[in-house]
Amino acid sequence: MATQGLGLEITELRLGLPGGGPEKNEKKRMFSEIEGEGNSSNGHGKTQNKSQVVGWPPVCSYRKKNSFNGRETAKTYVKVSMDGAPFLRKIDLSAPGKGYSDLVMALEKLFGCFGIAEPMKDADSSEYVPIYEDKDGDWMLVGDVPWE
Amino acid sequence: MMNYFPDEVLEHVFDFLESHRDRNAVSLVCQSWYRVERFSREKVFIGNCYAISPERVIARFPRVRSLTLKGKPHFADFNLVPSDWGGFVLPWIEAMARSGVNLEELRLKRMVVSDESLELLARSFPNLRSLVLVSCEGFTTDGLAAIASNCRFLTELDLQENEVEDRRGQWLSCFPDSCTSLVSLNFACLKGEVNLAALERLVARNHNLRSLRLNHAVPLDALQKILMQAPQLVDLGTGSYVHDPDSDTYNKLKSAVQKCTSIRSLSGFLDVAPRCLPAIYPICLNLTSLNLSYASLIHNSELIKLIHHCSQLQRLWILDCIGDKGLGVVASTCKELQELRVFPSDIHGVGSAAVTEEGLVAISAGCPKLNSILYFCQQMTNAALITVAKNCPNFIRFRLCTLNPTIPDPVTMQPLDEGFGAIVQSCKGLKRLSLSGLLTDQVFLYIGMYAEQLEMLSVAFAGDSDKGMLYVLNGCKKLKKLEIRDSPFGNVALLADVGKYETMRSLWMSSCEVTLGACKTLAKKMPRLNVEVINENDLIDASSDDRQKVEKMYLYRTLVGPREDAPEFVWTL
Repeated sequence: MATQGLGLEITELRLGLPGGGPEKNEKKRMFSEIEGEGNSSNGHGKTQNKSQVVGWPPVCSYRKKNSFNGRETAKTYVKVSMDGAPFLRKIDLSAPGKGYSDLVMALEKLFGCFGIAEPMKDADSSEYVPIYEDKDGDWMLVGDVPWE
Repeated sequence: MMNYFPDEVLEHVFDFLESHRDRNAVSLVCQSWYRVERFSREKVFIGNCYAISPERVIARFPRVRSLTLKGKPHFADFNLVPSDWGGFVLPWIEAMARSGVNLEELRLKRMVVSDESLELLARSFPNLRSLVLVSCEGFTTDGLAAIASNCRFLTELDLQENEVEDRRGQWLSCFPDSCTSLVSLNFACLKGEVNLAALERLVARNHNLRSLRLNHAVPLDALQKILMQAPQLVDLGTGSYVHDPDSDTYNKLKSAVQKCTSIRSLSGFLDVAPRCLPAIYPICLNLTSLNLSYASLIHNSELIKLIHHCSQLQRLWILDCIGDKGLGVVASTCKELQELRVFPSDIHGVGSAAVTEEGLVAISAGCPKLNSILYFCQQMTNAALITVAKNCPNFIRFRLCTLNPTIPDPVTMQPLDEGFGAIVQSCKGLKRLSLSGLLTDQVFLYIGMYAEQLEMLSVAFAGDSDKGMLYVLNGCKKLKKLEIRDSPFGNVALLADVGKYETMRSLWMSSCEVTLGACKTLAKKMPRLNVEVINENDLIDASSDDRQKVEKMYLYRTLVGPREDAPEFVWTL
């Protein structure tokens, strides 16, 4: 997933029929916090958003890197909607160890849409393959693009 | 009368002087005292490695055996200084090697240490006993292997919070079987595996080992075996502290710990299974120092249970997830507490876990011996600070950090000027102060008026005008280090008293209102200052307008002029 500039712009994930009209087509900014660490170009604008201030709070970089047991990385929560589901869910994509199979399993659990995980686990014996529509409108096989 | 004593007598008298400041003072009395002192000084402290050259240090103190060097400015800790700025130790080691200095001890802070430096160090000084590296970078475990292999009389290898590239070699195995002199070994900051069998054998044959801090890669079962071999330990840093509390290994750990009756200082717990904590309860009663600031996996309730056992604590480093209630428990349990550091557990400051002014007030009320505090908090009030000032007039170090740098007193919506004013007025021995929260020029008026012993001041997002900075420069006679970021201080303040900077070690100003022209003026007037403009984004060059603001300026007194190792983006005016 490409990041552009400081904001991570990504559409919501939508589970639905192909060609289904985009009811909510706004590109929404993800719930994410931007690390100020090492971002020297921030020195110029005194931003109001404290999470973008370089070197604040003044915790030394060694401590920053070695604390928080990995929780220090920006959490990237993404909204997920499924056609027909009464409410949306949120998934944290940045949790360590996550990958495509974790994602589809999480989707199965959250929406009860069983059946998408199986082709991930056992591609050969399954009749189905999981695919997704990317931002260009093309149908892509899940798994080609590295998770990062 | 002292002039009629032979030099040996003078030297013997000077031997009783511990601090380098006393020795510096003594050497100013007269020529003969200067001479005697310089030939007898064995421990040399250089607070800024660019203030003087290694050659001149060695020339003045030929019998130097112990050298302490500091490199980068303090704000380098917070990524405000680009990584190639400088602070290289190699020239110092080369100079000492060339001059045949009998170096026994080297202590470095915020310096760049290459493997080449470590290898040269190991080869050149057969009597090297002690190497302490704090917040350094640039070396790998290969450099450590060289130290381990060659320093036959090594007693201390202490690595604190360094950035070390772990080559996953066998550096620890490089300590020869003949190495039996170790007293202190701290490799907690290393990321990689060590040969556990070699570690156990090393501990077993070093009977004088008093301080041992393991890294994350040393599991609990290895810890248990190590403690069996070293019940004499005084300071322990655990590695990974995770195991099944119902296991045989854990039971063995419990009995090993019970034999370690000398442990007074405990740290580590980077990875921790809280149900294994009870094993350390027996040593808690004797602990004077406890560092749980990396133990983010210990829940509030377990922390509090642990603290209940620690009635002798003098120093406590902890995460803010302890909460105000937890700090209340500290206040009622740890009556001997002198130093407290409360670090943020959630760096992004969403901070529902954070502590508030309540915790600090509780500590101040319960711990009368408190003299040093570093406190990251969600909010602070003037009333709380005034109470703390009344309860604890003995602060030497007072560092407060509100997660929102410009937050006012949430009750009154006023700046925190009065609160900090109370601190400086009450704490007559205050040497170090870090400010935060909404602050006007008024707080600096108070600091200039009352903080007579202040040596180091850290300012961020504070003040209204040049007056603020001027109050400090005019008032704080003992000021050594001033570091300011994102504050509206400019040329008038910078140039008002240029002679002041020669009485100080250094001044850092970033994202302030100082212009290139003013920096040039200062540099021209004061040849014994290096005025460095740190110019990362190529914004300033020879053709730049003098009216342009300088993003980062670092100036320091020096006897040796502009440094030759400055990178391209550092411009010494």
